[in-house]
Amino acid sequence: MPQWMLSRVADSLYWMSRYLVRADHVARQLDVHLSIVPEQGSAAASGRRVRLLAALLPEEAQCTEVSTDEALADLLTFSLDNDNSIVRCVAAARENARQIREQINSQLWEQINQIHLTVRAASLAQLWEGQPHLFYHGLNQEVYRFLGIADARMSRDQGWHFIQLGCHLERATATARLLDEEFRARGKSPADQSSYLEWVGLLRGCAALEAYGKVYTEVEPRHIADFLLLNPELPHSVHFAVDSIQRALNAIAVATHLGTEVRASRLAGRLHALLAYAQIDEIMETGLDIFLREVRQLCAQIHEAVYLSFVAYPVESRLVG
Amino acid sequence: MTPDSSAAPPASSSSLYEAYRVEGAYDEMLAPNGEPRPQYQQLYQTLLELTPEELQRRQQAADLSFLHQGITFTVYSDTQGTERIFPYDLLPRIIASQEWDAIERGLIQRITALNLFLHDIYHGARILADKVVPFDLVYSSKHYRREMRGVDVPHGTYIAVVGTDLIRLPDGRFAVLEDNLRVPSGASYMLTNRQVMKRVFPRLFTHYGVRPLEYYTQALLTALCDLAPGSRADANIVLLSPGVYNSAYFEHTFLARLMGIPLVEGRDLLVHDNAVYMRTTAGLRRVDVIYRRIDDDFVDPLVFRKDSTLGVPGLFNAYRSGTVTLANAIGTGVADDKAIYAYVPQIIAYYLKEDPLLPNVETYQCADGAERAYVLEHLQDLVVKAVGESGGYGMLIGPHSTAEARAEFVRLIQANPRNYIAQPTINLSCCPCFLDGRVEARHVDLRPYILYGRQASILPGGLTRVALRRGSLVVNSSQGGGSKDTWVLTA
Repeated sequence: MPQWMLSRVADSLYWMSRYLVRADHVARQLDVHLSIVPEQGSAAASGRRVRLLAALLPEEAQCTEVSTDEALADLLTFSLDNDNSIVRCVAAARENARQIREQINSQLWEQINQIHLTVRAASLAQLWEGQPHLFYHGLNQEVYRFLGIADARMSRDQGWHFIQLGCHLERATATARLLDEEFRARGKSPADQSSYLEWVGLLRGCAALEAYGKVYTEVEPRHIADFLLLNPELPHSVHFAVDSIQRALNAIAVATHLGTEVRASRLAGRLHALLAYAQIDEIMETGLDIFLREVRQLCAQIHEAVYLSFVAYPVESRLVG
Repeated sequence: MTPDSSAAPPASSSSLYEAYRVEGAYDEMLAPNGEPRPQYQQLYQTLLELTPEELQRRQQAADLSFLHQGITFTVYSDTQGTERIFPYDLLPRIIASQEWDAIERGLIQRITALNLFLHDIYHGARILADKVVPFDLVYSSKHYRREMRGVDVPHGTYIAVVGTDLIRLPDGRFAVLEDNLRVPSGASYMLTNRQVMKRVFPRLFTHYGVRPLEYYTQALLTALCDLAPGSRADANIVLLSPGVYNSAYFEHTFLARLMGIPLVEGRDLLVHDNAVYMRTTAGLRRVDVIYRRIDDDFVDPLVFRKDSTLGVPGLFNAYRSGTVTLANAIGTGVADDKAIYAYVPQIIAYYLKEDPLLPNVETYQCADGAERAYVLEHLQDLVVKAVGESGGYGMLIGPHSTAEARAEFVRLIQANPRNYIAQPTINLSCCPCFLDGRVEARHVDLRPYILYGRQASILPGGLTRVALRRGSLVVNSSQGGGSKDTWVLTA
């Protein structure tokens, strides 16, 4: 017998995790940004803001310009017009959790509710007058706590794997977008004193600075790309995320008796091969942006295929019994 | 009434029962001589031994427990549109063993007869032909579903879950106030009240010897399983909820979790080839029994309300062809219509050839000219109810009403007499409640739950609802009522 899980429940678990991880990512980038700009000139800061928006706003969103860091923080943290603002992401994650309260354990629910209440109580004025770092870093900690509770408490059934799927598809996509923007801006030139802060910022934005230091001794763009893209051990690397996506999909394929020949699994296999057997020199030669585009396309296709295979499939195709 | 001076409590606690007074109603705790009744003796004494502060602490512990578990309900008309905790009273309501046995026999008799009545009116309608119940009363009931004529339901069971509201008359007899045969709620409060009580008064509870009711969810699951088409052992049973915005959503999640069955919404289900399926990640899974917590009107937009988005198109046809069971069946509301209620004693006599064990409350039919005239003249003394409503909505309590409200009801009754009945205002019995550091008397009713798979069975106890406002007779949670644990003693 397959494990039966309502499609609606699977969908909600997936989005709950995806939105929460998205909020986490946005908070980390803002934290990094606000720690870098005080040491930069206004031209460099303005360039950063443009790149950040390109990496963090919804892909289909119009290009927006903001002239101050305060406006940037507002747009990415509190704006209700921005689907990817922290407030919107956390609210969406909570709403998804609320619809399936009986499916997640009460500790998980309380944690996500707590994050929601904290974010909702915050305001731009308060944030800007106080210490933004405490807010953004605090949010990262709370999301880690959520993931920790899930890890410690949840049975490794389909529900768990849909949470993993959401988490890692989001991370793979987010890291790929960030890498794309940063390397397009200055990837061709070697690191120098002025760009040092930026490269370190990228590593911090992927929660990878300390891990990087254990493997490499110098800050070097090619190594950074190698590390963030192809390192299989770093939790925020694309390779790591893709491994996790494939594992989750395989587990779901087994639990549902659909087998690994479903489209989502095939796509995940292809993406996995892309990351597992690529070499950084070749990637850089053909163009990092081309490689990243393929990664992002496959991620988007997996997302769609998951939806079509497990949630919104045509009825005629799936009369099981 | 105050306790007899020979049982004088210690001076420090003497004020505990000072405010406890019962007038014109049956006193659940004290006998007419002022002594505690046997089943209340121990509780009465224990309370005297505890300081008010200690009692207060236990009440707070109980309240906190409800808050943390998120045990709430939603109030519809409230503009705050809010979730509230269902107020919980600390002191148990205690029912002696032989008292309960009489209630149990009476309820089984009543529910058995009502079930036969439902089968009859949707088949041969003998009872109407024999003029025991007026046929126009049945056919004009807004809960009568002509679509159900000739439809056979498994084991002839129409009402798998019933919550019948009992009250205690001033002479101490229990009487039936109304039957809830559609989608009765409150069982989750009964279960959580018990859970909290065992934590708050563990020793008292143990000494008393209380009949357990934790097996409710298991018994409910068994009853639902019994009703599966073709008695499939591996039946897929689901709970159909209107969703997160429904006032009883907490209860839906609570019961689904404890029964280990999927909580589905209409959008999770679909009908294909006259069979019902739920949409899962592994494909479509056949559904055998639907414990539905939505009203008839919303079940299937193709047959009932067209604008319903809560139901499942095609569900009724699948149901009628017997591929899926709905619990409760469609159309059961006709038997808890408050105008039909008046005929339940005749219904019992007709099908079972027995006298009713539990009396009804005297009821005037506004559809009847003479009775209507009496009602309109005595509005001040009567309780008027809309026949198809529940939850304390659409009700006038004469003695507590304003002239305006009465004028409004005169208009309503004259416009649609069939829609109203009236009953004398009955002083519900009073129970001790812990309020503001003292024990006070408040009016209560009792809703036991009856489960009906192959046969009827009853949980020992039920939900005792309390009118927490002093003097109030309205116990509904939407109207300022609370609840307390109900102990049925083993011996």
